[in-house]
Amino acid sequence: MNIKVIKYTTLKELKELADKNNLSIGEYVLEEQILSMEISRDEIINRMRKQYQVMKESINDGLNKPTKLKIEDQDQGKMFLKYVESGKSIFGDTIGKVIARAIAVAELNASMGRICASPTAGSCGIFPAVIVTMSEKFNFKEEDIIKSMFAAAGIGIVIANTMSIAGAIGGCQAECGAATAMAAAALTELLGGSNDKILNAVAISIKNIEGLVCDPVASLVECPCIKRNAHGAISAILVADMAISGMNTVIPVDEVLTAAKSAGSKMDSGFRETAEGGLAKTETGKYFWDKIFSSKK
Amino acid sequence: MNVFDIIGPVMIGPSSSHTAGACRIGLFVRMIVNKPIKSARIILSGSFAKTYKGHGTDRALVAGLLNILPDDLRLPNSFEIAKSEGMDFTIECEDIELAHPNTVRIIAKREGKEDLDVVGESVGGGNIKIVNVNGIKIDIDGKYGTYIIGHTDKVGMISKITEVLSKHNVNVNGMNLYRLQKDGDAILIVQVDDDTMGEKVKEELLKIEFINFVHFGKAMRF
Repeated sequence: MNIKVIKYTTLKELKELADKNNLSIGEYVLEEQILSMEISRDEIINRMRKQYQVMKESINDGLNKPTKLKIEDQDQGKMFLKYVESGKSIFGDTIGKVIARAIAVAELNASMGRICASPTAGSCGIFPAVIVTMSEKFNFKEEDIIKSMFAAAGIGIVIANTMSIAGAIGGCQAECGAATAMAAAALTELLGGSNDKILNAVAISIKNIEGLVCDPVASLVECPCIKRNAHGAISAILVADMAISGMNTVIPVDEVLTAAKSAGSKMDSGFRETAEGGLAKTETGKYFWDKIFSSKK
Repeated sequence: MNVFDIIGPVMIGPSSSHTAGACRIGLFVRMIVNKPIKSARIILSGSFAKTYKGHGTDRALVAGLLNILPDDLRLPNSFEIAKSEGMDFTIECEDIELAHPNTVRIIAKREGKEDLDVVGESVGGGNIKIVNVNGIKIDIDGKYGTYIIGHTDKVGMISKITEVLSKHNVNVNGMNLYRLQKDGDAILIVQVDDDTMGEKVKEELLKIEFINFVHFGKAMRF
């Protein structure tokens, strides 16, 4: 088998490799992937650019195509955008837009629309909402956006190999948590944050979501998933802001991931994407299950 | 794992295991049959059986059987497309003992040949494992071009098979031999780097004495 080994297993190692080479985390991951995927720089950048293109399209589709949800109200992303545009949103224009977009993409996913998993389909609204909106606000250059996506992916790879990115293993902290950490890392790098600050952002984001369970109602990817994408998007911007301002994490990031991993492993299976606990097993949750799955075709 | 396993796959939602992975399993069957499928039985087990209506698993499987990819906007309309393209199908639920929670068995009718009976698992992140083809236990993830070569257990078979591959400059990156019975049936699974020679190599392999069948599936990497 032609196995290529990623030469870092912890975020500390990733940072040290990047620092040693005088590169940002995103730049280092890009270089390493060119080698380990054995494709050209142009090819890999074009491929990442395609993923970004799909993300932008998913925001567009999410805000323009009618949703086809089974239990959640339809078109909540569109409704929130109108609310933002009316000037009433507490968050104001820019962050309000982030929220609307995160919800819209998550709704699109649940409506069988086309999305880019980042890292999963359930959390697909977080990364696009943050990066696309912040890029508009700060006028980031496309080549820098693409590089930041490599930073996010590097963070995601380490998370996948430690605390997991699957709700079935680590609960929602694994899916939305990973997506939030990835968006935070990318944003911090785009804002010129040092490699240290990038890792601080990741650490703080996971600390803020540690223990979040995965208890989807009727096992759909609607409730609470859709609105959690909004939560993740805001959280990503929050921790990027804190990291850039100079806030540190007292627990080193890899230890934070270990802690989150232990929280996930101690979760009852009913809280790990089985729809057998929590919200899924409320009276109303059970009602929705029966409504959808007991109906004759 | 590479960066596109994390930022990706591009897919039709809502679930990488219950939608994208399911589509991929259907695609694998379609690739092996290598022609439009006239009729298929889809038997869902475990979590697939419980939640397929909520995740569009049924539509994703049918889409794969129609050669529709996991990121194709037509996926949600696969039932209608099946009708217009003349593919019949049934969806049944039956718990397969000790199987992975996301398991499906697909029985596809083939003209002038025995049915193709495939069991596949959707293991997460859109990844799949084909675990059984016509009663033979195997382990294929579909990420590389794959030959499934049924032959009679005789000295020199592997050598004859790899000679054909090497003649066509095809590099092998994985191989598994399963022998069901000494001097009886055996299966060689060969994973290759380059799948463009697929059908040509398949034809030549079929000319070798004691080769009984050859299936070929192209790499499925999205």
